[in-house]
Amino acid sequence: MGSQLEKSMGLNGRVLGLFALITSLLLAGTHLGTKDKIAESQRRAAQKALLEIIPQAQHDNDILTDTLTIPQHYWAILGLKKGGELHLARKQGKVFAIIVPAVAPDGYSGAINMIVGIHLDGTVAGVRVLNHSETPGLGDKVDLKKSPWVLSFDGKSLGSPPAARWKVKKDKGDFDQFTGATITPRAVVAQVARALHYFGEDKKRIIKDSGALQIEGQIEGGKP
Amino acid sequence: MSEVSYREISRNGLWNNNPALVQLLGLCPLLAVTGSVVNALGLGLATLAVLVGSNTAVSLIRHQVSDAIRTPAFVMIIATFTTCTEMLMKAYTYELYQILGIFIPLIVTNCAILGRAEAFASKQSPLPAAFDGLMMGLGFAAVLLVLGAIREVIGSGTLFANMDLLFGPMAANWGLQLFGDNYGFLVMILPPGAFLVTGLLIALKNIIDARNLARIEATKSKPLKGSKRVRTTGAIQ
Repeated sequence: MGSQLEKSMGLNGRVLGLFALITSLLLAGTHLGTKDKIAESQRRAAQKALLEIIPQAQHDNDILTDTLTIPQHYWAILGLKKGGELHLARKQGKVFAIIVPAVAPDGYSGAINMIVGIHLDGTVAGVRVLNHSETPGLGDKVDLKKSPWVLSFDGKSLGSPPAARWKVKKDKGDFDQFTGATITPRAVVAQVARALHYFGEDKKRIIKDSGALQIEGQIEGGKP
Repeated sequence: MSEVSYREISRNGLWNNNPALVQLLGLCPLLAVTGSVVNALGLGLATLAVLVGSNTAVSLIRHQVSDAIRTPAFVMIIATFTTCTEMLMKAYTYELYQILGIFIPLIVTNCAILGRAEAFASKQSPLPAAFDGLMMGLGFAAVLLVLGAIREVIGSGTLFANMDLLFGPMAANWGLQLFGDNYGFLVMILPPGAFLVTGLLIALKNIIDARNLARIEATKSKPLKGSKRVRTTGAIQ
């Protein structure tokens, strides 16, 4: 009896092992076949959001790869947990705007991931919400697909409106809230303001470091 | 089990034993992603692909796998097909993949798939098994689609919006704006709407079935007394 049990266990084990091998091969094959296409799709999706803020016509570098690392002591103000990179937009090698990732930690249902484009003079070039889990039909109006609300940030800066008015109207600020949803826009407005603060503090370093990168870019790039 | 006719398989998958309306399997994705037609179609097609693939594979190996390791082997097969589908969707419909998110990997846990592998594919030759997967998948996808369409129309006032996520740029303007721009009926987009519409669909199916039965009984002079019951429980090991 014992030996029979052992025998069947051994056989079953081998069959399962064979199965695991075959399925792993299948997965490895699919992975190899789709790897490049997935990377390409991810790249295009990331680029699409960046290009929405700084259209192709305005810059002549590859925004997606022209990046600077954000120093760790700024992670908190931007709401980043694992750090991140800011993207540089250049015209003829000269940086004229940056796009920085920012996470509003206090949305109605969790974090709201967004990117904030800021011109060198401190005005907002554009804000886009990349992903969120806000209530459909209420809080999801921060998404440009649902409502043009995020466009209301364009051209604003910490001086105009004054810093104290970077709030939703309900909190005596300048930005509209949505009917039935105040928490979501409140979180987004506050985080955009924090991103502008960050830029004010880190601007010198960004300009200095991007200048160094510029030479590098010219050597390796060569393309317009 | 003897041969089952393809006609019977189709009728079972699409209507009589529909995975969503009769077996009530896979309700989690059914309720979660049917806020719009494009989401519903995306998940429906993904489930269909996994179901056909897993049914075929399970049928092919049905003689090699002993009962003791049947379930782990089936789960491994289903997980493989799901992961492959996930990678393909990520590669070719990246934005839709992001919207459906967790529900693509969760296809593994759709009981309809393991259920068909156990109840049908493991006892049939590959061709009927694949066909059963196709029909069950179509039945599931059809319910997803109807749910998605109803919820999208009543909830957001649109139909076929964002179809370009699945079909590329050529589908960008398939979307119909049925009511005004600011129209929205929140409850239909939220989970309660999914429950309501699913309940109504099941009720509708039951009404149609009852009508059909009544008509058949009316035409039959001698109705069959005491319907024959068949128990289809598997062998207990």
